[in-house]
Amino acid sequence: MLEITNISKTFNPGTVNEKVALNGVSLKLEEGDFVTVIGGNGAGKSTLLNAVAGTWPVDEGSIVIGGVNVTRMAEHKRAKYIGRVFQDPMLGTAATMQIEENLALAKRRGQKRTLKVGITAAERQEYKELLESLGLGLESRLTAKVGLLSGGQRQALTLLMATLQKPKLLLLDEHTAALDPKTAAKVLEATERIVQKDQLTTLMITHNMKDAIAHGNRLIMMHEGRIAVDVSGEEKKKLTVEDLLQLFEKASGQEMANDRMLLA
Amino acid sequence: MTSLLNALPGSISQGLIWGIMAIGVYITYRLLDVADLTVDGSFCTGGAMCAVTLANGKDWLGAIFGAETVEAWAASFNLNIVILIMAVLFAFMAGLLAGMCTGLLHTACGIPAILAGILTQLGLWSVNLVTILDKKASLAINVRKMDLLVALGYIKDVENGKRWFIQHPIFVAGIFTIVIIGILYWFFGTELGSSIRATGANRAMARAQGINTNKNTVLGLMLSNGLVALSGALLAQYQGFAEINMGRGAIVIGLAAVIIGEVVFGKLFRNFGLKLLAVSIGAVIYYIVIQAVISLSGIDSNYLKLLTAIIVAFFLAVPYWKGKYFTKPVKRGGAQNA
Repeated sequence: MLEITNISKTFNPGTVNEKVALNGVSLKLEEGDFVTVIGGNGAGKSTLLNAVAGTWPVDEGSIVIGGVNVTRMAEHKRAKYIGRVFQDPMLGTAATMQIEENLALAKRRGQKRTLKVGITAAERQEYKELLESLGLGLESRLTAKVGLLSGGQRQALTLLMATLQKPKLLLLDEHTAALDPKTAAKVLEATERIVQKDQLTTLMITHNMKDAIAHGNRLIMMHEGRIAVDVSGEEKKKLTVEDLLQLFEKASGQEMANDRMLLA
Repeated sequence: MTSLLNALPGSISQGLIWGIMAIGVYITYRLLDVADLTVDGSFCTGGAMCAVTLANGKDWLGAIFGAETVEAWAASFNLNIVILIMAVLFAFMAGLLAGMCTGLLHTACGIPAILAGILTQLGLWSVNLVTILDKKASLAINVRKMDLLVALGYIKDVENGKRWFIQHPIFVAGIFTIVIIGILYWFFGTELGSSIRATGANRAMARAQGINTNKNTVLGLMLSNGLVALSGALLAQYQGFAEINMGRGAIVIGLAAVIIGEVVFGKLFRNFGLKLLAVSIGAVIYYIVIQAVISLSGIDSNYLKLLTAIIVAFFLAVPYWKGKYFTKPVKRGGAQNA
């Protein structure tokens, strides 16, 4: 479903701020794969997701989604294949627009936007039911401005928007990191449910090792712009945090020294 | 005081005409979140285009269809109406082009929006003067000979019973405003219109939802400047001439109208159509206040621009001061609902 071949990205090349963010990353996801991505700050996790989403062009390599080469495709065009939830709850929704308007915008992802009415009555009913499934009480607030919602509600809504039009690939960029533990668990639960229901091919970044182990059928750990550890199948099921630390030490030749990941 | 009352219909008419421009400013400033300074140039472009078409429309038609055909038309129906429609339409289209120019400078060339607007505005000065006004600083419109949508003289004509009430500038400009608000209300509720609003609200989100934010930014700027030019065309008719400086400071008047409208009606008007109406009324309030200041204080009208700048600066600062110095303590007890 997703085939990344040897992509590299260097920010600010030729300056003192030069930073090799991705260094020849290759990754292949089968349909229905749910891959969790972990790694320290600056390991290249978000860069990898942004490269796939097309936030900027990669320096080299190719990205193919569902048989379509999107390497040179503009961000808004490849959005047709991709659902995204960002780390910042503010980024995924339009604060000054209503809940139903946000959903209606997402419903038309990948379609031509015409002079037809922006939201139909049938859609409203559908949105109501979908919002009900989130269990956040949003179904009675369809016309409320999204800016009035809490961070957790906004992330849950963004998740719904990302999957409303079934994407070939779902990209989750630490989408629970900015939430309190209770809300984060709720959003993660909703994520698991939606991904399972639609059998979505998913790349989920998390800073929480336990979450990374508990979710998905495959786990990759990034280090200095490369994939350092790649575990899947039965091995992934039996994985513990200690195993993960050992694997990382072996692959990178250094100790894992990231408090945020260890404490989480 | 009597002079103020006498001038009132004029102020309201003028306010309504400038209100259409202010609605254009609202589209960029509030919906698209772009500060577009093209306005000062495109307003004049609209006025100039209108005046030139009114003056030469008949000759142009003659050049295309043959002078005799056009004379025959003129004998069988009111050709002036056709020329009037042409004038307003050309003004609107010229505005669309000006907006497109700024939009492409901004999106295709990566120039910051404010600078892109300034560049277009500067370039338009030459276009307006040389290409449209034929190197004349001002061009008169033959108010007595041509049929116009609005004219200052029509106010007196209606009072004297020489014209119908429906030709009163307040009525005509009011109808224009309502029709434009109606069309915009419909448009921004469509799939395309919603995607333009989303572009202004959150560009990252818009792109993630497959919206071409560059295209939408250009579209929004075009629509905005089209309305601005249309407003310029109406003002040129109203005052009976177009001149090279007629758009100077237009953006500030537009912002004044937007902000006055929001301050006065912000709590009351939540609906999008009503918000646009508030902008239009904001422009009317602005013109009445200015007229009052002139009539009552006898201030030299050359100070008007300074006065406008101070008023707008003040109203722009109020929300900031409110947030900074007058924040009320938040009531406790909200956590259980969070």
